[in-house]
Amino acid sequence: MHTDPLVAVFHAEHGRVLARLIGLLGDFDLAEEALADAYAIAAAKWRADGVPEHPAAWLVITARNRAIDRIRSARRLDSKLAALAEEPAPAPAEGPVLDDRLRLFFTCCHPSLGRQAQVALILRCLGGLSTEEVARLFLVSESTVQQRIVRAKRKIRGAGIPFRVPGQDELAHRLPAVLAVIYLLFTEGYAATSGPELIKVGLCEEAIRLSRVLHELLPEPAVSGLLALLLLTDARRAARVDSVGRLVPLEEQDRGSWNQALIDEGRQLVSGSAGPYAVQAAIAAVHSDAPTPEETDWPQIVELYGMLAPSPMVELNRAIAVAMASGPEAGLRLLEHVRLDSHLLPAARADLLRRAGRQAEAVAAYEQALDLVGNQVEREYLLRRRSELTT
Amino acid sequence: MKYLTMIYVDESVPADYTRMSSDYEDYTRQLVEAGVLKDGARLLASSTATTVRVRDDEELFTDGPFAEAREQLGGYYVFDCANLDEALKWAAQCPGAREGAVEVRPLAH
Repeated sequence: MHTDPLVAVFHAEHGRVLARLIGLLGDFDLAEEALADAYAIAAAKWRADGVPEHPAAWLVITARNRAIDRIRSARRLDSKLAALAEEPAPAPAEGPVLDDRLRLFFTCCHPSLGRQAQVALILRCLGGLSTEEVARLFLVSESTVQQRIVRAKRKIRGAGIPFRVPGQDELAHRLPAVLAVIYLLFTEGYAATSGPELIKVGLCEEAIRLSRVLHELLPEPAVSGLLALLLLTDARRAARVDSVGRLVPLEEQDRGSWNQALIDEGRQLVSGSAGPYAVQAAIAAVHSDAPTPEETDWPQIVELYGMLAPSPMVELNRAIAVAMASGPEAGLRLLEHVRLDSHLLPAARADLLRRAGRQAEAVAAYEQALDLVGNQVEREYLLRRRSELTT
Repeated sequence: MKYLTMIYVDESVPADYTRMSSDYEDYTRQLVEAGVLKDGARLLASSTATTVRVRDDEELFTDGPFAEAREQLGGYYVFDCANLDEALKWAAQCPGAREGAVEVRPLAH
């Protein structure tokens, strides 16, 4: 645990402070530079004088003053400087809709930026992660992340992407991008597409933290749905891997180790939620309702999958639910129509063939899945299943 | 900020000129009334284009547009807008966006 108060303030306030500064200065880079200066000043001053009463406000004011110095020394003197110097000290807290972090969410996820740039920006600016940390989470090089961020900032400035929350009429179009980025962070954390570990805890936690902040700022039903989904899914995280790091499928998980507090919180949110994430959250809630796998209400899950917009992943999951409700042969028939370029399709087929007692076909399907799988933990799981059938 | 809005159309699809020109007239009028329009024109078909290159001091002229794409630049507007969102909102109203594609690029001052 970090005991340094500056580290604690950084974790709690970074997104808020940076968002406020970007709002004041209208310049991502200047805001980041000035804030770095303010942290350096804080490191010395807080140790000597103690942490100020409103650390976030202190950081904003100090960074603003540093920004003025920087503008002055760079001779970037313009009307902005005068306006800044006049600006009254920013208030420590603001009303929900006017919060700069909300503006930053929408700016970082502007539809004219590529998805990868959106992800990098949001982790960097709202999550306070360093480019090195972002790179490590996504298993790409630091220079790639750096480049994406530089390009995105250049586009925000050059193309005139505004720092604002879209109006009510546009919100319905713009909000899905923000939700999609957070959901992408979570899914990448929950089932890493590659690498040695199944779960990247840091990404899951960051995604939940961001969705909590977003939900606090914008308590829309679509946001509630996403937060509920993440909480209900994350509640099962610890049970998904055993003590030696092997994958444990849902039906074999120790339900006692599911995080009940997260389940309760997620279930409460589901009732006031709407949209595709809310439907998925409802599915997760049905799973957590069942004290044992056998008691799962599969017909209800089948029905819920039917409410989602059709996609290969939805069809795949629906087929599995149908198999659980009406037998493996019914699921296998549905799987025949699924077109998905992923190990998940042959892995699901293998599982249903195994349940149906069609051993030889199951082994062949496991082999197909093994050819496609990228994650080491999932690979070992598939190997284990296959060897159970052949010995 | 000024934005160049380039309208790309599929020239192989026969255009309904009467409907299109009245749509464009309405649209252009709205741009003028909102004070957004700075400039704009329709281009003749890309078959009228000539592309120029100079290589090793030699002038090379080729028949046709720079890129042999299905969709060709058919016209442009120059908007003056507060920010990209405003420019995108106007570009989305452009009749050309319904069938072809509209690219919005800021002008360097």
